Amino acid sequence: MTAQLDFERPIADVRRRLEAVDKQLAASPNDDLRAERARLEEELRVKTEEIYTRLTAWQKVEVARLAQRPQTLDYAKATFTEFVELHGDRVFGDDGAIVGGPARLNGDVVMLVGHQRGRGTKEAVERNFGSPHPEGYRKALRLFRHAEKFQMPVLTFMDTSGAAPGLDDEARGQGWALAENIAAMMQLRVPIVCTVIGQGGSGGALAIGAGDRLLMLEHAIYSVSMPEAAANILYRDPKLAPELAGPLRVTAQDLRQLGLVDRIVPEPPGGAHADLAATAELLGAALHDELARLRSRPIDELVEQRYEKYRRIGAVIGG
Amino acid sequence: MKDLFRHMPGGGPGGLFRGRQVPTDMWQRCDRCHELTYTREWESNFKVCPRCGYHAPLSTDERVAQLVDEGSFEPLDEEMRSSDPLHFAPEGRESYTAKLERETERSKMVEACTYGRGALDSIPVVLAVLDMRFFVGTMGAVVGEKIARACELAIRERRPLITVSASGGARQQEGVIALLQMAKTAAAVRRVGAARLPYVSILTDPTFGGVTASYATLGDCIIAEPGAVIGFAGRHIIEQATGEKVPPDTGTAEFQLRHGMVDLVVPRREMRDVVGRILRLHMDAVGAARPQAHSAELIAAG
Repeated sequence: MTAQLDFERPIADVRRRLEAVDKQLAASPNDDLRAERARLEEELRVKTEEIYTRLTAWQKVEVARLAQRPQTLDYAKATFTEFVELHGDRVFGDDGAIVGGPARLNGDVVMLVGHQRGRGTKEAVERNFGSPHPEGYRKALRLFRHAEKFQMPVLTFMDTSGAAPGLDDEARGQGWALAENIAAMMQLRVPIVCTVIGQGGSGGALAIGAGDRLLMLEHAIYSVSMPEAAANILYRDPKLAPELAGPLRVTAQDLRQLGLVDRIVPEPPGGAHADLAATAELLGAALHDELARLRSRPIDELVEQRYEKYRRIGAVIGG
Repeated sequence: MKDLFRHMPGGGPGGLFRGRQVPTDMWQRCDRCHELTYTREWESNFKVCPRCGYHAPLSTDERVAQLVDEGSFEPLDEEMRSSDPLHFAPEGRESYTAKLERETERSKMVEACTYGRGALDSIPVVLAVLDMRFFVGTMGAVVGEKIARACELAIRERRPLITVSASGGARQQEGVIALLQMAKTAAAVRRVGAARLPYVSILTDPTFGGVTASYATLGDCIIAEPGAVIGFAGRHIIEQATGEKVPPDTGTAEFQLRHGMVDLVVPRREMRDVVGRILRLHMDAVGAARPQAHSAELIAAG
């Protein structure tokens, strides 16, 4: 593996040395090499842990954005035993930036809906880099209603830098689409568990992110606006984003501390992109656990508690 | 004299006062067409330019005076202010608390939202108004809380809800807490509807971002002021993100009407009358409905 990010370089260095030793071992196995290999493996473990337990807020933003980081469709395969993707909003089109359909998690049928950024230039462009158009949100809404009709709990995966800000998006009511989704999710009569798997970017994330429980992968981020956009709004300079990531409190750990995130799903050493299978398993276990708890509650109570959960967010002074 | 007016497209007094020294007490210069109007005429015209029809920004007091019956408005929770939930203070930059103080000093306001009871054309209503003068009308926890309380008050006292929006969007300094006010307010206005009370949302210039993407566009009837620019992403963001040149009418009230996003574009002069008629039509319909069509099952029906 080559280093994707500057701060991962020490990890990649050890990996390269490990690979070299493996090659030598294959050619002429001996105890010295085996000892060297064990030493390097330990070094790799220590380095990875050292780096990944001390990621700064901005480094987490970089991790969350990696193209190699698992996306919704990766988890659809790795976490779920079955998934049938359904397409289209039935009004205008099919937006690849949001994918969804019924899926099976440990035998239980759920409705899976998530952002899909795509990999490689062609796919990423087709999916608009995971920034949905209004028809993407309307597809999600259609799937939420579908889930309600067939009593499938909803699982959403947030992974976007935000809703698409284009001329056509404005003409088709981007703001209206987001508002409608948020309002609909708040009233949907099935359990909803939302997980930020990469970037939770602004209203474009929240439009599939209002539910009973909010989970975040360990190195995912969630922000009112992407740090670049916030820096642009606050200081008219997107380049100040790295220093703004901390104060904006975008990490799972900060948001858990603020009481906004219900559960942090641990990632394997080196992050989700280092081990999809392990991440998929950890995520599946967390989702299964959350669903089991929500399913046992009467739906009226659940919808009421969902309202109360959001109603309480935002302490004020004087009132 | 001819030379004096040559470079001034408006000519006449409008051209004359195009410079800096406009006697503001007597004359008002339109921010859009730059023509001058006697202040008295401008005020009596609801701060609408009689020449180009530009609807100038209104303060909360002016908005309330134009919309509801004289002396009927009782604002609530006027002292409510932000708790600076993130302790937002980036190194070497102005802290959020310092910025809040500065905003209060400048605008003489404590927050961007004012809500309370009022009467519109004798109909008891709950009114919530955003004011651009405080923090660009941005929504943080206080605005979210006030909108939610306005909804709950409307339901408790069976009053219709009216909101008047003007906002730059979510308040960045409150981070995800500001973002989640979108969910809080969206859910709250939906409860007003579940109680079969009409919600009229009035969109004014400018309404953007998290306010457009939450309660403001969830009105049962959405009314925009003429020329008001409304959208999710502003012109600047669209141009930066896409490189597309944004046509001048993008996002205007008229654009949104054409695209099916608002019900009506109503000039200020007619606003009270139109809103009053809409409220009566809906309240009368609900009042005439069969008694079993009330409360619990409706809340369930959402």
